[in-house]
Amino acid sequence: MTTTFSELEITADEIPHDGHISELSLMWRAFRSDPLAVLSLVILLIFIFGAIFAPFLTPYAAQGQGDPNILEKFNPPSKAHLLGTDYLGRDVLARIFYGGRSSLSIGFLVVFVAVLIGVPLGAIAGFYGGWIDNLLMRITDIFLAFPPLLLAIALAAALGPSFTNTMIAISFTWWPWYARLVRAQTISLKERSFIEAARSIGVPSWKIILTHVLPNVMTPVMVQATMDLGSAILVGASISFIGLGVQPPTADWGTMISVGRIYFLERPWYAGSAGAAIFLVVLAFNLLGDALRDAADPRTRRSVSAGR
Amino acid sequence: MQRFDYILKRLVMALFVLLSVSFFTFIIARVVPSDPAAAWVGPHPTREQIEKATIELGLDKPLTTQYLRYMDGIIKGDLGTSITTRQPILTDVRTFLPATLELVIAGMLIAIVIGIPLGVFSGAYRGSWLDHLTRLVSIAGVSMPAFLFGLLLQLLFFRYLGLLPLGARISTEVSLFNPIETITGIYLLDSALTGNWVAFQDALKHIILPAVALATYPVGLAIRMTRSTIIEVLSEKYIMAAKVSGIRQRTIFFVLALKNAIVPTLNALGLAFVYSLTGAILIEIIFSWPGLGTYITNAVLSVDFPVIVSVTLVMTVFYILINLLLDIIQAIIDPRVTLQ
Amino acid sequence: MGDAMTDTILQVDDLHIRFETYAGTVHAVNGISFEIQRGEMFGLVGESGCGKSVTGMALMNAIPSPGKIENGRVLFNGEDILQKNEAQMQSLRGGRIAMIFQDPTASLNPVFTIGNQILRQVRQHSARSRKEAEEHAFDFFERVGLPDPKRIFSAYPHELSGGMKQRVMIAMGLASGAEFLIADEPTTALDVTIQAQILALLAELREKENLSILLITHDLGVVAETCERVAVAYAGRVVETGQVDSVLYAPKHPYTRGLLAALPDSVQHGQPLQMIKGAVPDGLRPIAGCPFHPRCSDAMEICSIKEPAQVQMEDDGHIVACHLYGEGANV
Repeated sequence: MTTTFSELEITADEIPHDGHISELSLMWRAFRSDPLAVLSLVILLIFIFGAIFAPFLTPYAAQGQGDPNILEKFNPPSKAHLLGTDYLGRDVLARIFYGGRSSLSIGFLVVFVAVLIGVPLGAIAGFYGGWIDNLLMRITDIFLAFPPLLLAIALAAALGPSFTNTMIAISFTWWPWYARLVRAQTISLKERSFIEAARSIGVPSWKIILTHVLPNVMTPVMVQATMDLGSAILVGASISFIGLGVQPPTADWGTMISVGRIYFLERPWYAGSAGAAIFLVVLAFNLLGDALRDAADPRTRRSVSAGR
Repeated sequence: MQRFDYILKRLVMALFVLLSVSFFTFIIARVVPSDPAAAWVGPHPTREQIEKATIELGLDKPLTTQYLRYMDGIIKGDLGTSITTRQPILTDVRTFLPATLELVIAGMLIAIVIGIPLGVFSGAYRGSWLDHLTRLVSIAGVSMPAFLFGLLLQLLFFRYLGLLPLGARISTEVSLFNPIETITGIYLLDSALTGNWVAFQDALKHIILPAVALATYPVGLAIRMTRSTIIEVLSEKYIMAAKVSGIRQRTIFFVLALKNAIVPTLNALGLAFVYSLTGAILIEIIFSWPGLGTYITNAVLSVDFPVIVSVTLVMTVFYILINLLLDIIQAIIDPRVTLQ
Repeated sequence: MGDAMTDTILQVDDLHIRFETYAGTVHAVNGISFEIQRGEMFGLVGESGCGKSVTGMALMNAIPSPGKIENGRVLFNGEDILQKNEAQMQSLRGGRIAMIFQDPTASLNPVFTIGNQILRQVRQHSARSRKEAEEHAFDFFERVGLPDPKRIFSAYPHELSGGMKQRVMIAMGLASGAEFLIADEPTTALDVTIQAQILALLAELREKENLSILLITHDLGVVAETCERVAVAYAGRVVETGQVDSVLYAPKHPYTRGLLAALPDSVQHGQPLQMIKGAVPDGLRPIAGCPFHPRCSDAMEICSIKEPAQVQMEDDGHIVACHLYGEGANV
């Protein structure tokens, strides 16, 4: 997108006194000027807020958690129930809020665990090289050989359907990507002289990894993690859709679609709302990740050009 | 000859990975679940039944023996027996695999034919309205849950427009009056090969919606990957050199730049293929498509381990083979690949 | 000026080029003018950032965005090519005007063979069949001194050495009928011995094929060896133009003097190296008056107010833009 000149103008008092404009503030500036990125952030915050404060946001808290309301089942969207009611008469909007708790947290937990396991392993493998590196590469090769969703399904099936098991199963398939990413970054960092310099003055390896390697690999990891949040939520929803995840009556967007699909053609608002929720959240994460990545890379950082 | 060595190395690696994968699936099958023997017997097993099953299934032998028997079986083509259907899994897989393959290939073709050219245009004319529109489409494709899109397509084309069927591979009438001769199991191919145009049209009608639904992610991915690699490639000096030698823009975009951009895109498409393989599972459920996806879902719901594991193995083998194929194609297109 | 018998192949008139970046407008070129005669090797010399490379690209109207030509004319054989449309430019580029760049590795497409690339260019600019184009290419490979044309033809760029690749680039330029070659730092990325070979090749081609060459470089030594006339550029302007002998051995402009004095060879062994104090202006903040005046030891009051005009000296064709020789000379 071409931006007009004035939006990115750097005024004199914004420049730090030594005359340099820091990388981070350029990134933030570029990010801030992308309306889509800001919009995505807002959407995500709304969903997260809704999930956390669900009981206070809807008069139908009990229904959200599962209490049926048979008399009003299958009501189309109305003033009383903004998104209608489901097959047990529960308010769909409330179910979406509560479902967000399950679906969103799967995403965050999975990425968190994957980063927690993958990043250190990748850094160690990349830094030390040798047999440690080889071993890690072989292990990740095996994991990456499986189609991701499939492995998660197989593991979840083996472990039994539940929220925790789903989370474990999906994280298990996800960490190799981070290990690989960080390993590659570490290897290219190793070539740079500041690592050699630190070594030559006797800084112990673990310290080098902690203070030099990790901070530098965090940017691509952050970008990847942001985009993965969306994918993780999608995978979680897919597993619930099949029936392996969260069990009723707990609300979850994936199970809502699975159940709602049966009468989707006649009463689309149930599965439709859940689907739209997933779509919006994943879209927002993807846009966010894209914007982050564009802002981080000086080549793609939006420069003010005079158009074509 | 450098390329030949490279390909050979990749083959060996693939073999190694295959072995490890089989071991892994074995672990999932035997070690992880609490009691495979009990699962085999069925609901409410008695002690004697469990004991009998344990001996029958060879579960009392040490793990290594079990693994060897398992591998031995696989090499002979015996994938085990399904707990639910009590049929050899191999037969089931033979029946269902072509259906899934047809669906996935159709989806990938759509993705390639639509996605790559759009990605090239989008990257070449960066910042234009076409670029914005394409990026919107691609990001929606990547974010949209395929199963939701499938449902929406059904809503639109079946419920409201009545143009296309709701599900299945072929309508009952056609299967009765113009049945397709089974050559490969891929309906579109078989009906075309035997000149059965009525069936061909019918099968086409049935495959469009699920293939498009399945293609949502791959199309989005193809556009994004192609676009970003084209942008990178276009900033290279050799593109400028081509420009100052008077080469036409169209040639620069679609020949000189694209050939450089295609390699990472192929990688991404490999990923997309895998995603499709597993995404097909969900699409098959929605469209009642009789493929491996439906098969494995039923297996999951009835906790039919042998099936789950075998199908995982089969799909993984495909994945590995596709990646290998992609590597080989890459090596052929880009001469520098072999230098690594 | 000059001999009535000479024939100007290229004339650049008051060229102005700017770049719109997110940090502001960069004035890369601020009124560059020079002339090149047919069959002449002309040097455009200056430090990084003086606008010389951009000028080279402007001669083909191929400046990458966000750059724009604000003003000026570029006359090739008398026609202003800045007025031509894209189709006409495409036939000129790589045809009668060719350009080679600093890094020959980066200039060749890595996934196509050399043969594929040269054929594409040759057939773009002529109506030859594949066989004819191949023979034509082989011929030029020989002319630039490449042994075993067949092998080179079927090789990929990464299989060739730097010197060979640069010869290939030159061959590619010539094979499409170039009358005028723009060489942007053609030897900077090469080893010293290869440098000498490439320069000798260029000189030879100039004689045998009557090729006119614009050599853009920061290396005064290269210019001294190979060029007949030279223009010295600073901050997007030409500060001194003339015969190489005049300019480099009797420099008039303080900047040229400074450049020559800064060469390691110009001081006695053991003496400190001479630098020009200060730094090159960054193009974002234009300097009033003469752009060199903050660093000039001969600066006068008028230098900070008024930009000096190009003044013709008595020796033939020697032009300087400096108040020392112009109106303010006797103040």
